[in-house]
Amino acid sequence: MPNEFAVEMKGIAKRFPGIVANDDIHLQVRKGEIHALLGENGAGKTTLMNILFGLYQPDEGEIRIHGQTVKITDPKKAIDLGIGMIHQHFMLVEPYTVLQNIILGAEPRRGVMISYKKALARIGELSDKYGLHVDPHRTIREISVGMQQRVEILKTLYRGADILIFDEPTAVLTPQEIQELMAIMRKLADEGKTIILITHKLKEIMAIADRVTIIRRGRVVDSLPVRDTTAEELAAKMVGRNVSFVIEKKEAQPGETILEIDNLTAFDDRGCQALRGLSLEVRSGEILGIAGVEGNGQRELIEVLTGLRKASSGEIRLRGRAVQNESPRRIAEAKVGYIPEDRQKRGLVLDFCVGENLVLKNYYAPPFCKRGLLRYDEIFGHAAGLIGEYDIRTPDEKTPARALSGGNQQKVIVAREVACEPDLLIATQPTRGLDVGAIEFIHRKLIEQRDKGKAVLLYSLELDEILNLSDRIAVMYEGRIVGILDPRKTNEQEIGLLMSGGHKGEREETA
Amino acid sequence: MTGFVKRLFSESTLIPVVSILIGLILGAVIMLAGHYNPFLAYGSLFAKAFGDMYNFGETIRQITPYIFTGLAVAFAFRTGLFNIGAEGQFIMGAVAAACVGVLLDAPWFLHVPLALAASALAGGLWGSIVGYLKAARGVHEVITTIMLNWIALHAANYIVRTALLEKGMARSKYIQESAWLSSPGLSELFDHARIHYGVLIALALSVLFYYVLWKTRQGYELRAVGFNPDASEYAGINVKSTFVKTMFISGLFAGVGGACEVMGVFHYQTINAAFPGYGLMGIAVALIGRNTAVGVVLGAVLIGVLTYGASGMKFGAGVPEELIHVVIALVIFFVAAGGMVELLIRRFRKKNGTVH
Amino acid sequence: MAVLQVASDLIQTTIVFATALVFAMLGGLISERSGVVNIALEGMMMVGAFTAAIVTYFLETNAGLGGSAPWIGFVCAIAAGAVFALPHAAASVTFRADQVVSGVALNLLAAGATIYLCKMLLNGAAQTPTLKHVFSKWAVPALSDIPYLGPALFVAYPTSYIAFLLVAVMAFVLYKTPAGLRLRAVGEHPKAADSVAINVYRVRYAAVMISGALAAMGGATIALTTTSNFSHNTISGQGFIALAALIFGKWRPVAGMFAALFFGIASALKSVFQVYGITNYIPVDFIYMFPYILTVLVLAGFVGRAVAPGAVGKPYRKGER
Repeated sequence: MPNEFAVEMKGIAKRFPGIVANDDIHLQVRKGEIHALLGENGAGKTTLMNILFGLYQPDEGEIRIHGQTVKITDPKKAIDLGIGMIHQHFMLVEPYTVLQNIILGAEPRRGVMISYKKALARIGELSDKYGLHVDPHRTIREISVGMQQRVEILKTLYRGADILIFDEPTAVLTPQEIQELMAIMRKLADEGKTIILITHKLKEIMAIADRVTIIRRGRVVDSLPVRDTTAEELAAKMVGRNVSFVIEKKEAQPGETILEIDNLTAFDDRGCQALRGLSLEVRSGEILGIAGVEGNGQRELIEVLTGLRKASSGEIRLRGRAVQNESPRRIAEAKVGYIPEDRQKRGLVLDFCVGENLVLKNYYAPPFCKRGLLRYDEIFGHAAGLIGEYDIRTPDEKTPARALSGGNQQKVIVAREVACEPDLLIATQPTRGLDVGAIEFIHRKLIEQRDKGKAVLLYSLELDEILNLSDRIAVMYEGRIVGILDPRKTNEQEIGLLMSGGHKGEREETA
Repeated sequence: MTGFVKRLFSESTLIPVVSILIGLILGAVIMLAGHYNPFLAYGSLFAKAFGDMYNFGETIRQITPYIFTGLAVAFAFRTGLFNIGAEGQFIMGAVAAACVGVLLDAPWFLHVPLALAASALAGGLWGSIVGYLKAARGVHEVITTIMLNWIALHAANYIVRTALLEKGMARSKYIQESAWLSSPGLSELFDHARIHYGVLIALALSVLFYYVLWKTRQGYELRAVGFNPDASEYAGINVKSTFVKTMFISGLFAGVGGACEVMGVFHYQTINAAFPGYGLMGIAVALIGRNTAVGVVLGAVLIGVLTYGASGMKFGAGVPEELIHVVIALVIFFVAAGGMVELLIRRFRKKNGTVH
Repeated sequence: MAVLQVASDLIQTTIVFATALVFAMLGGLISERSGVVNIALEGMMMVGAFTAAIVTYFLETNAGLGGSAPWIGFVCAIAAGAVFALPHAAASVTFRADQVVSGVALNLLAAGATIYLCKMLLNGAAQTPTLKHVFSKWAVPALSDIPYLGPALFVAYPTSYIAFLLVAVMAFVLYKTPAGLRLRAVGEHPKAADSVAINVYRVRYAAVMISGALAAMGGATIALTTTSNFSHNTISGQGFIALAALIFGKWRPVAGMFAALFFGIASALKSVFQVYGITNYIPVDFIYMFPYILTVLVLAGFVGRAVAPGAVGKPYRKGER
């Protein structure tokens, strides 16, 4: 069979300053199969797909599409070759309608004008064929994340793609939406489309993929049919050693209540109600994990807790003292530590040196500042201590934070927040984008804080992280806590159901 | 290499230096195209600026306001704000000083500080409008400063016209002598040039600029906000009030600059049909000076020498003075498009195999 | 009847002043809708005014051309504006420079270069002599005979007709054609545009150069209708009023046109007031300030809210995640 493979990538190499992202990668994807590309963050899978989609040029190697050797110089070429990419961060123009987004760049015309009529007919056909129904006249702002993803898929189909790359497509979906997506992917494959699925989630691969290629540190480790393997084997191949899914920790010793949230309400940036009467308690010596699909008020909750957003009603008490709507500084001074979600955007001033970053929370207080003047000898002395204690890999305390690796940047933040001796430590997505070593370090630190009798509030989109670290799990849905679960007595199905608005122990009745 | 020399050849210092060279060279090319002699032109420019004590003193007088507006723009830049409004703040400072100078009777040791304080306040408040609109209403400072410049121009004209006008002239009455910043001693030294105490105030403010920025808690906060407002907010810094404070201080620098022109040089405020251009040049100065105190002073010297020497260029080589504006515009452009210059530097280094 | 006469004069003068603003506003609009801030409208207008005046002058004195001279001058101004905008495009798009600084530089460059060239070409004179041939008003047959309203609306310079026609063209292109859909996408979310193989760089280059051409048409209009020459104050703030009109019109062509007309009234009032001697009662300074104050109020949300295109001012780096 000359054209057995839809995609063949041979000996692909791509180097960026300082790192080899792809090193002699071979990938073969059969027509009509769902082929998973498995690897950790930073393993090089996205780089490889960006090469296939023409966003990067490989330094070495050859690409064949349906047996033809091709040079994919830009996305236009990729699209012409029938390759479509469903990006992890959707590439949608928010003020535009679904229709406008789908046809953008490939508009059907009548004379010099766009013919929306022709476009609608064509989109209708595609929607029916693949079961992808969306209202074409709504703007992107008005539709759910799951719907937005359908728009992305329709965009590629509209351009006649028969090879579809899905880049971490489930990161932002509810378990139920994930089910729907799986069904759509299966249907696409049955209709003869070839699908490449980039993911680091083993479960998805086991559920849907026909074949899997594992990449580690820019090299292909193995490529095998999914039916011949197990999740454990894949995990070991992905990480390069056997990994235990369970984190070692002692039994929690919960003490007094540190944080009480009572009937809290707040609005999001668009003025919609994001928190609708949320109540929650966190006690010392426990890790409380918040599970939930992105966009159910978690972000707003954390922002209200840290003083960055105003609550419209309700109360937040720290050790019994009401602190809602106080400034971030007053709240920090009430012994709240905070490891933010986006370390480069929120956690660090990248152009400040490590020493300056390590006092970002308390630069204004003695001994670092006296009578309005900074005392750099104290600041750098303090930094040197923390750099040693937390094993932060940096040339010295005067190096800009920008020059550090992601893991070390996160260590700077953790060191800073823990050094302030908080009663309550809030961590949001603390391990996002880190390698396994750094993830383990952060996990250990969180558990260590718990064992020291601190209250830890953890919010993560990684359900596994929540399940493994938490002593109690609070599930959030539409701005409320809809259930508190014991991680030892629950499972993903139960959490997933709650996350999507179903009730504990029963299926949601549609009204 | 020692730290200092290293810094001198680092890319961030080289870009303005190379940009200045490119600007001057392109200026020369333009002159050649117009059949002028660029060597003679630049020669007479420098001869004019440094040729004798009088002109040297006048050059310093020309440099002085640029230090003020350069500091204003640079200070705001440090907080991540682009203050195109130094022009308007300068004008408001000048007119405030003119008001105090004309309308108030006081002994010099009260009159001078009062006039300066009024100008600092006027410039500062004019600047803080921008900070406030940015903080409270999220309005981008570039547009507000542009609009406020024009409002300042016409508002100042209105004030001069209605409250301070010298009959039959397009300017205010003279300010009282007790409010003068002119220095007979300095003037004498420089052969009766209009050099005045303002230059000392400018240098003092440059020192203050450095000190506030690098040694104080306030400076730490505003630099943090400048680099990363989100992280600053998370760290408990009040970003909004930092915007307002920064714009007040920035406007203050410019406002005092305006006062020094009125109190030191002209002793009256004119009705302006167009902008005097000090704020515009302040942008050039801050860019050339990379927003550091020393850099601003050096940048002001360059711009001051070029603009004052321009008339010499016209006299000595027949080149229209406006050429200097072209040169300065090119310098600003190339500093802004640092990427172009970097490319050039890298090519040059590769060719010469130098490694820094 | 005197009131009607004043009103008729006022409308006619308003259209004369607004024409240049409409051109430059459209120029700002196309650039900013593509995501490139353009505060160099003022400079681009200067280049347009200068080119139009100097070309017309040389054509009528050296080439002996008559009524066609201003037209050729006008066309040359368009070309000059596009070329002059090129460095702004290069800096903003290719070299990811600060677009505001680049704009500042261009304004200063235009101010310096036009006078420099003027002096160079005219033996040291800082302004062109008064042009013998400029645009004259066209009367629309029949419509212009309507009393009061006719002379107010249907006796205008050809450039006015062109300007208002271009508003319609701009609105059509922006909202009805593929090019417009792509342009706005590039200004809102360049990465999304890039991902569907729209060349962001090319769109922005084109938009900035068209911006220069349009602004230059505005400048040329002033030189060839109101002032009949070029000097250092031919363009003094109109570029910034056009910017104000752009914002006041919330980056939309038709609304921007009305904003330009509105600001045109301010200028017209000034000259009509001067004619009728009303300036003694209302200080001119306030009339001058008016457009700028209004813009600040609009931006601050006191008079409706203005939201800029999503990616305006942000350099786009291809392939950056």
